[in-house]
Amino acid sequence: MPRGNPAAARPQRRSATRSNDFAVKIATVNGTGSASANSLLLQAIFRMGVPVSGKNLFPSNIQGLPTWYEIRASGEGHTARADAFDIFVAMNPATYERDIAEVRPGGWVLHDSSWPLAQSLRRSDVQFLGIPLAKMCVDRFDRSRERILMKNIGYLGALAALLEVEVPVVEQLLEENFGRKKALLDSNFEAFRMGYDYATEHFDGPLPIRLERMDANGDAILIDGNTAAALGCVYAGATVAAWYPITPSTSLVDAFTGFCRSYRVDPETKRNRFCILQAEDELAAAGMVLGANWAGARAFTATSGPGISLMSEFIGLAYYAEIPSVFFDIQRTGPSTGMPTRTQQGDLMPVVYASHGDTKHIALLPADPRECFEFAVHAFDLAERFQTPVFVVSDLDIAMNDWVVPALAWDDAYRPDRGKVLDAQQLEDIQNFSRYLDVDGDGIPYRTLPGVHPNGAYFTRGSGHDAYGKYTEDAGPYTEVVDRIARKVASAATVVPAPEVEKTRRARYGVITVGGCRRAVLEARDRLKKQGIALDYMRVRAFPFHDDVAAFAASHELTFVVEQNRDAQLRTLLMVEAGVPADKLASVRAYGGQPLGAGEVVAGVLDHLGRASQRAAGGAA
Amino acid sequence: MTHIAKPKVRHPGLERNAAGLTRRDYEGSMSTLCAGCGHDSITAAIIETFYRLGIPPERVAKLSGIGCSAKTPAYFLGQAHGFNGVHGRMPALATGAGAANRELVCIGISGDGDSLSIGLGQLSHAIRRNVNMLYIIENNGVYGLTKGQFSASADIGSKSKRGEPNRQRPIDPVFLALTLGATFVARSFSGDKKQLVPILEAAIAHDGFALVDVVSPCVTFNDHEASTKSYRHTRERDRPVVVADFVPPATEITASYEGGSVRDVTMHNGSVVRFRKVPEDYDPNDRDAVYAYLRERQQAGELPTGLLYIDPDADEMHEVCETLEAPLHNLPFEDLCPGREALAEIQARFR
Repeated sequence: MPRGNPAAARPQRRSATRSNDFAVKIATVNGTGSASANSLLLQAIFRMGVPVSGKNLFPSNIQGLPTWYEIRASGEGHTARADAFDIFVAMNPATYERDIAEVRPGGWVLHDSSWPLAQSLRRSDVQFLGIPLAKMCVDRFDRSRERILMKNIGYLGALAALLEVEVPVVEQLLEENFGRKKALLDSNFEAFRMGYDYATEHFDGPLPIRLERMDANGDAILIDGNTAAALGCVYAGATVAAWYPITPSTSLVDAFTGFCRSYRVDPETKRNRFCILQAEDELAAAGMVLGANWAGARAFTATSGPGISLMSEFIGLAYYAEIPSVFFDIQRTGPSTGMPTRTQQGDLMPVVYASHGDTKHIALLPADPRECFEFAVHAFDLAERFQTPVFVVSDLDIAMNDWVVPALAWDDAYRPDRGKVLDAQQLEDIQNFSRYLDVDGDGIPYRTLPGVHPNGAYFTRGSGHDAYGKYTEDAGPYTEVVDRIARKVASAATVVPAPEVEKTRRARYGVITVGGCRRAVLEARDRLKKQGIALDYMRVRAFPFHDDVAAFAASHELTFVVEQNRDAQLRTLLMVEAGVPADKLASVRAYGGQPLGAGEVVAGVLDHLGRASQRAAGGAA
Repeated sequence: MTHIAKPKVRHPGLERNAAGLTRRDYEGSMSTLCAGCGHDSITAAIIETFYRLGIPPERVAKLSGIGCSAKTPAYFLGQAHGFNGVHGRMPALATGAGAANRELVCIGISGDGDSLSIGLGQLSHAIRRNVNMLYIIENNGVYGLTKGQFSASADIGSKSKRGEPNRQRPIDPVFLALTLGATFVARSFSGDKKQLVPILEAAIAHDGFALVDVVSPCVTFNDHEASTKSYRHTRERDRPVVVADFVPPATEITASYEGGSVRDVTMHNGSVVRFRKVPEDYDPNDRDAVYAYLRERQQAGELPTGLLYIDPDADEMHEVCETLEAPLHNLPFEDLCPGREALAEIQARFR
């Protein structure tokens, strides 16, 4: 609280100091360089060994629109999106009103007091901490860009003082980030100190919510899903990437490019062991991926919902002509252009059934960046093993936000599963090669690559074909092939990643969720348990569904299905594809475009149970 | 059925090429196109071309989109992989196949509907990318498989079989390719195999995107009196203005030509394209001059054919991407996976 203003209310110390349990939300204008300060705070907390998450809520715009960054530190390890915010760093006058309204009662607003804050914006149940950042930056820095940028490092300094972020940790980070540019490093140090000293002198800090070093992060890393997925593609041996820029998938290919430049350049010739093609559109990107896989490379594309719509024709071709291919769908808010920089899980059904006609696809559903890495590798193996398109369905929250996850592991004994590909010698011996014949009875035929042997030649086509690869318009040969393909894809259920399950003894209710909902659902489960409601937990990690999924639903009186889309797509898939009766599945959804918080899940479950007990009471009366 | 297997009857005395193969080894299944279709003549020219070049069929990838033209890869090089993709999207498949295995000889067969309507974007970008492939447009001005609608290459005033005139401007693939910076542009006529074969030979030798537009009359829907893509009309207007011979690598050039200037263009693989009987001052390396010349002849009502433009030195896709000389698809996994130690090093950045 401002010491110079005796009239200001004393902070309400309603409870004892809480350590490592708070949420900060920073409101700025995009294009003003706040991302770097926000990320420094996130990293500093991470390095203090405290579980933490950062959620970037940014606009589809380059400069001038409101943007927010949320940081939640939780010693207990709850790092889903926070339900309420203890501190607001209000740096954008355009959003003062809504930002100040969002702080929890008893919380704090750190604002730029270079200009007076309108009386109408003040709340009596919140502490206002004014710091003249703009004024101080004008006094200390000469260049206009620096005056804007350093305000961010200024509030970082103030937060460090208020929350007891260890100064050497921040200084080390500044050194690592700007060490190569002496002048910039000096400015950052000065701005950090400026904010830190001002807060120390003028506010009654540290706040009763504060950080305390712990050792909860072990050998964990702080990484976003797209970077991890790109790394998975490199490790899986992918050599061709074809793509068209689209948020939020772009950074996956950017990261792949970066890793390839570091690890895939031939040391002797300086030539690339990769080929990255920025296509003219998503249709072409998908076609290039099919062409490259057809010719024997591991190739992938990364896109988002609108791209999946455009790629659908080629996806059907890959399915029917049985061409391995890997598609990363980084979901964003739909339909149509929707909200390109907001998250959602609206592509579950569009992906599973992508393309016209009878199609059904293998989809892997990662929950965090670590699984993005692992599933990327799985996806290439599954695509080649089953000779079919495989989707890795991530979302903007997983893909673009930094998550604390256990370190990525790699076994050097790993070798790619290239599936049933006949080599020159085998073809020499075979004589009569039939592309779509179920030789082994497992629904998976043998394939050949161009350029290998004349006996391997066949005509790949999306038109009706029989088991020998010949054109057909006859019912029998046609159905023989499509029935085999259905069997083949269904058989992947036992090979794809099994569901994650956590059980309690004798729980009446279950909860099934998917992807990035994981942490919110697990936290909600803890909270509900404290209220006496025990939930068994299952997270599906792939489609086609494992047999355990139906069994899980069958073993509970009611199962809540938590997902981030309007139409309860996962619930529909559970009904249609796992045969779970509709009345066994209660839907809990959030689809406004923001990462899921545990509060939304708790509220959804309680709402259902409340209505159920009302119904029961009404029925009894 | 769109293909019928050909009976394998071989005369022991059949002529063999450098690869020890006969012409029969370059054939495919029987065509099911209409009798007299121009596309079948192009198929014959392709067979002759590959036979002459002595390329083992399994080194070739044949790709197509959708339409009558798209069926034709089944009718040649039966021992090569074929890929009949989706409508207008063959260039993307070929680009991917070429990216994965740069040793493949990629040949794309398209039509005027497949290339100039639904696939115009992909054609343009394959040109822009300079994908190393032979791209043939079997151009008949009409949608055959859907029974006779005008295509985007139909000339103004050309009449449909029912007598309705086309009133929209045609898209001319030769002008399009020249404008977009294509590095090899040719036009021919399905009825002129003598001209077409050396063009195809040179196109395959070319390192980059080779566009060959072949007027190929549709006997069923566009070969009537008032059509500008009929056999008769094409024969009347065809002016083989640029005559080019293809001289394979390491062949002694012995033939002598009467009159006119002779101009040799050496290709990357050492073969030579010898231009003879070209109009005075015609320079097949001068894009603007070629464009101006063709425009002038076209306005005079002619259809100038031949290997019209060539730039053998432009960087093809893999040069631009600085890809390894060896094909990517079968690099040893050890060369691709950075391994456990590197992963530890990478993760240090995320702590």
